[in-house]
Amino acid sequence: MPAAELSLETRGDVAVVRLAGIWRIGAGLPQAARVWEDAGAAGVRRLAFDASGVTEWDSGLLTFLRRLARDCADRRIEADRSGLPEGVRRLLALAEAVPEKETARGGPPAPFLARVGGQAMEALAGTREFTAFLGESALAGARLVRGRARFPVAEFMLVLQECGANALPIVSLVSFLVGLILAFMGAIQLRQFGAQIYVADLVGIGMARDMGAIMVGVVMAGRTGAAFAAQLGTMTVNEEIDALRTMGISPMEYLVLPRMLALMLMMPLLTLYSDVLGILGGMFVGVSGLDLGAMQYLEQTRAALSLRHFAAGLFKGSVYGVIVALAGCLRGMQCGRSAAAVGTATTSAVVMSIVLIIVSCGVITVLYDVLGI
Amino acid sequence: MATAAAPAAAREVHIAVRGLTMAYGDFVVQRDLDFEIRRGEIFVIMGDSGCGKSTLLRHMIGLRRPAKGRVFYAERSFWDAEPSERERLMRRFGVLYQSGALWSSMTLAENVALPLEQYTDLGPEEAREVASLKLALVGLAGFEDFYPSEISGGMQKRAGLARAMALDPEVLFFDEPSAGLDPISSRRLDDLILELRGSLGATIVVVTHELASIFTIADNSVFLDAELRTQTAQGPPRELRDSSTVPKVRTFLRRGEA
Repeated sequence: MPAAELSLETRGDVAVVRLAGIWRIGAGLPQAARVWEDAGAAGVRRLAFDASGVTEWDSGLLTFLRRLARDCADRRIEADRSGLPEGVRRLLALAEAVPEKETARGGPPAPFLARVGGQAMEALAGTREFTAFLGESALAGARLVRGRARFPVAEFMLVLQECGANALPIVSLVSFLVGLILAFMGAIQLRQFGAQIYVADLVGIGMARDMGAIMVGVVMAGRTGAAFAAQLGTMTVNEEIDALRTMGISPMEYLVLPRMLALMLMMPLLTLYSDVLGILGGMFVGVSGLDLGAMQYLEQTRAALSLRHFAAGLFKGSVYGVIVALAGCLRGMQCGRSAAAVGTATTSAVVMSIVLIIVSCGVITVLYDVLGI
Repeated sequence: MATAAAPAAAREVHIAVRGLTMAYGDFVVQRDLDFEIRRGEIFVIMGDSGCGKSTLLRHMIGLRRPAKGRVFYAERSFWDAEPSERERLMRRFGVLYQSGALWSSMTLAENVALPLEQYTDLGPEEAREVASLKLALVGLAGFEDFYPSEISGGMQKRAGLARAMALDPEVLFFDEPSAGLDPISSRRLDDLILELRGSLGATIVVVTHELASIFTIADNSVFLDAELRTQTAQGPPRELRDSSTVPKVRTFLRRGEA
C-alpha cells in the first residue's frame, strides 16, 4: 500500500505541493509543518497543489489541507487549490463557509473571582429557592386541608405503596443488622462488669430514640428520595411538568404533595417497624452469644423502655420524612434539561437529605436534653 | 469518504433488504420488505405515522434483529455475520438520531472526537483537529467547546451529523432529520445532505414523512403502508406521485389530494 507522499518543488515565488498515495486517517500522514521546512519560506508568495497522484483520501487529507490553509493565511501566502480533487475543493469550501450568526449561550470560562462570586450567588439563590419551595408546599398543604386542592388519590396510593410496603425488606435487613451491631458493641464493654443483661437496655433505648429513625431516614433518602428526584427530574426534562402547569394543574399539588404526605405518613410506621426489628437483632445476640434467655431479654427491654422513648424516636422519624421528601422533590423540580442534570439532581437530593438528617438529629437531641425528654 | 473520484455511472447495489419481516413479539410491524439501495444514492423510507419507518432503520443499523429475512451490505449479510464482523460493518455507518442524541456531558468537539479516539490511532490533538473539521463542515466552526444544552435544536442536529460523519462512513442514516426544525433550518439541512452526498459520495438513507424534503433530496424511495403492514410502492418519489398505481401512495405524496 503506497503510503502518503509529500514533496515540494519551488519555481521562483511559487511552491508546488505534490501529494501522492493514500491519504487516510491513521496511515501516518505527514505534518503540515513539513511543507514550511522545505519551502524555506523565503521568497514563496504562492502555493499550488498537484494531487494527481492521490489514489484514496478521507478526512485525513482535509485536516492536513486545512492546517496548511491556516498557515498560509498567517504567512500571507496565496493558496491556489485548482490542483486538488473536486470533492476536496467542495468540502474545504463548505468548511470555510462563514457560519450564520447563531445565538448561543455560554462562551469562554469566566475569571477566578467571577466564578467565586457566581458560586456565592448560586448558593444564595439556592437557599432562596429552598425557602420558596418550602412555602409553596406549605401553601399547597393548606389548600388541601381546606379542601381546595385537587388531590390525586391514585398517585398517592402508588407512592404510598412504593415508599411503604415496598421498602420493608431493606428496612428489615438494615434494622436487624444495626440492632445486632449495637448489641455486639455493648456486650464487649458490659461483659467486663458481668452486666450483659444491660445490652437489652442499650439496644432498646438506642433503637427507639435514635438509631431506628436514622437508619430508616438514610435508607429512604437513598431509596425513595433519589427516586423522587429522578422521577420529577425526568418529567422536567420531558416537559411533563410544563404540560401540567399549562393545563392549570399545580405540580406542587399534583406531584409534590402526594409524595410528601406519603413519606410523612410512612416514616413513623417504618421507624416503629425498624425499632422492633432492631430489638430482635439485639435479642439474637443476647440469646446466642450472652447466655440470656429470650423472655429475660424481652422483660429487661420492656422495663427499660417507656412510651416517651418511642415518641421521641417517632418525632425524629417524621422530621426525617419531611426532609427526604422535600429534598427529593425540590431537586427534581429544579432539575436542568438534560440527561446529565437528572443524575446531578438525584445525587444532590441524596446528599442533601443525609446531611440534613444528621444535622437535624443533632439539633433535636440537644433540644430533648434541654427539655428533659 | 470514498475514493478520489467515484464515477457516478458505476452504481452497484450497496444495501439490499431481502424478505425482511419485523416484529415485536407476535406483533408484526412490517412484512416481506424487499428493496435495494445503490451506492451514492439518497434513499428515502417514507410512510404514514406508526408504519415502522424508524423500526426499519433500527433493523438496518443493527439495533434490532429481524424476525425473518436479511439485510445485505455490499452482498454481505449483516445479521449472519460474526459479531466482530458486524461491529466492523457498523463502524462504517453514521447515524443521525431523531433528537441528535449528543452526549450531554461532553462538549461538541468531545462528542465528535470520541469515536475517533476509540477506533483510530489518532492522538487527542489530531482527533480534535478532525472533530473541528467535521463541525466546520456542518457550519459549527467555533462551537467546539460548547455543551449540547447551550446550543439550539437545529445546531444540535447538525452537531449530531458531524458526529455521524466522524469516522468517514460509507453510509449515513438520518432518522427524521427535519423533525422539530423550522422550515429554514430544515431546508438548510436538506442542502447539507445534498452537498455531502455530492462531495463525499456516501450512500444516504433518510427516514422522513416531510414531503418538501422528500422531493428535494430523494433519488429513490420506498413507501411503507401502516395498515397493510408491508411496502406498497418503490421508486423515485416524483414518478410515484405522478404515476403510481397505488392510490394511497399518490394521496400521500400529494398531501391528501387524490
